[in-house]
Amino acid sequence: MERKESRWGWLFIAPAFAHLLLFALAPILYAFGLSLFRTRLISPEREFAGVENYTFAVAEPSFQNALWNSARYALVSVPLGLIVALAVAILVNQKLKGITLFRTIYYIPAISSGVAIAMLWQYVYLPETGMINSLLGMLGLDNKKAFLDDVGSAMWAVAIMSVFTGLGPRMVLFLAGLVGIPQELYEAGALDGATGWRAFLKITLPMLIPTTFFVVVTSTISALQIFTPIYMMTKGGPEESTDVVGYHIYTEAWVNFNTGLASAKSFVLLVAIVAVSLVQFRMMKSQLKGYSAA
Amino acid sequence: MRQHSAVSWWVGALSFTLAIVLLLLFLAGGAYSINPDDLRLNLMGRLASSLLGLFGLCTLVSGGIKQGFSYTGMILLALFLLAPFVWMVLVSLHPSKTPIPTLDLIIPKEPAWDNYGKVLFMPNLPVSRFFLNTLFVTLSVVLGQLFVSSLAAYGFARFQFKGREAAFGLFLVSMMFAGPVTQIPVYLMVQKFGWLDTYAALIFPGISSAFTIFLLRQAFLAIPKELDEAAKIDGAGYFRIYWRVLLPLAKPSLATAAAFTFFGVWTDFFWPMLSTNSTEMRTLEVGLSIFKNSYGAANWPLQMTAAVIVMAPLLVVFLFCQRYFVKGVMMGSIK
Repeated sequence: MERKESRWGWLFIAPAFAHLLLFALAPILYAFGLSLFRTRLISPEREFAGVENYTFAVAEPSFQNALWNSARYALVSVPLGLIVALAVAILVNQKLKGITLFRTIYYIPAISSGVAIAMLWQYVYLPETGMINSLLGMLGLDNKKAFLDDVGSAMWAVAIMSVFTGLGPRMVLFLAGLVGIPQELYEAGALDGATGWRAFLKITLPMLIPTTFFVVVTSTISALQIFTPIYMMTKGGPEESTDVVGYHIYTEAWVNFNTGLASAKSFVLLVAIVAVSLVQFRMMKSQLKGYSAA
Repeated sequence: MRQHSAVSWWVGALSFTLAIVLLLLFLAGGAYSINPDDLRLNLMGRLASSLLGLFGLCTLVSGGIKQGFSYTGMILLALFLLAPFVWMVLVSLHPSKTPIPTLDLIIPKEPAWDNYGKVLFMPNLPVSRFFLNTLFVTLSVVLGQLFVSSLAAYGFARFQFKGREAAFGLFLVSMMFAGPVTQIPVYLMVQKFGWLDTYAALIFPGISSAFTIFLLRQAFLAIPKELDEAAKIDGAGYFRIYWRVLLPLAKPSLATAAAFTFFGVWTDFFWPMLSTNSTEMRTLEVGLSIFKNSYGAANWPLQMTAAVIVMAPLLVVFLFCQRYFVKGVMMGSIK
């Protein structure tokens, strides 16, 4: 009986497991293999190179620049996206007429075509005729700045865009977290004089730690892999200031055809993502400990 | 809706009236400001009094000062998020090849509806073909993924077997981390299979998803096991229990999974761009980027027409199934 059930279990997961093997696990091994070879997409020759691709990648200034760009993109877009999403979630977590309409509107950018959204935000940032510059111009302020064409501002412009295009899912996650906080906690808190801002700091925020952790991990992972907005809006420019790792690997593999080197770089990215996630996990654990002890 | 309190009524009414008076004054004063600094001050005054008016109106309608603030904030954010879309529609109606209109000339004098004909019947860019490709690929992936992933979810939710936890963990870890490294090997594999530039390349990599398995497993776990037992006593086999008992009861979660997959695949850009190269095999998303690159920044009206054509079906579908998104994102966070 037991063995029979075991066989049925494997039978039901077999198609999905085969898919996992073929499209995730085997490719990881394949990519690791490729990363050890000097190999190009367009020629059949390959030559064993050992860790040469890795040592080359880590020492290459343009790859270092890409890593640094991804890091500063994530460091801005993740916290900013988190704070805005939490604020909006609190705003729409009220019993008000028409609240679902607002929630729906805030979700729209997240389900939109990424290419179309990138085109729209290109307009938002245009000099003189763009949305922001038009408003600045109306107020008689400087309206000449091409936000996406300026080394100093291009990366921040893309990061700020992501705060709004990724708002929907993050907002809903926080909304779920907020709804899950037992009302009794606020009633008990009110007896101890914790209302308003104090209740937010002492009850709402601690209760949202698991949600926050989930949002931080998932948005960091996607921030470190951002591609479409860069491809559509800046092509990594100006002066490689928005050349993030996701875009850098794309050009290495599909423009320069250096599949071996690109695979090595993608493994460096993978290791970075896993490491960052582990650090975040550690931090959340210690946070939770602090609260249960208090 | 709660009772109007006297205070909020007065606050709302006063701020609204004050705003109207101020706005009229600023509008009248604008004609006399010749000095640019005065004009700037005047425009900021108009903006500030409009905000005050909005707040007053919101307070009056909602019946509370706090609610008034909330509505003001929500409306401003909604306007900010929707503004680019409204702009997109308006610019798509400007005559082809005209420069980007400034905000005061944003409403087209005569809507250039023929832009839509031009883009839809572009000689070397078959939009209808892109649409059919996208539709076919998306529906295939949604149906295939629901089937394959729900089978696996059933296996994980209802059977005890060796290696179950490890296998489930493998799915979750791959969902989180495999992303960056798979593009090159999957491309090379698909190339070896001879699938490049075919529907197979667009469909098979998406035919199962760890996220959907996870979501449906949660749904199956919430269904009482007694129902399975009852069906078993009636002589149903495992597959029949899955098909006749669990799937119908998990319909809301299936709908959520379908909604997520639908939008994910429909708007996917990277993989379709990489795995196809003939015009006939492109999807809408890739077609739009090709259109943008070939018409460049030179022709914003046509670019925006193309963007509207790509966005419109998405918005319509979203409005019909938006409630499933709230549900799905919540499910994803339960660990």
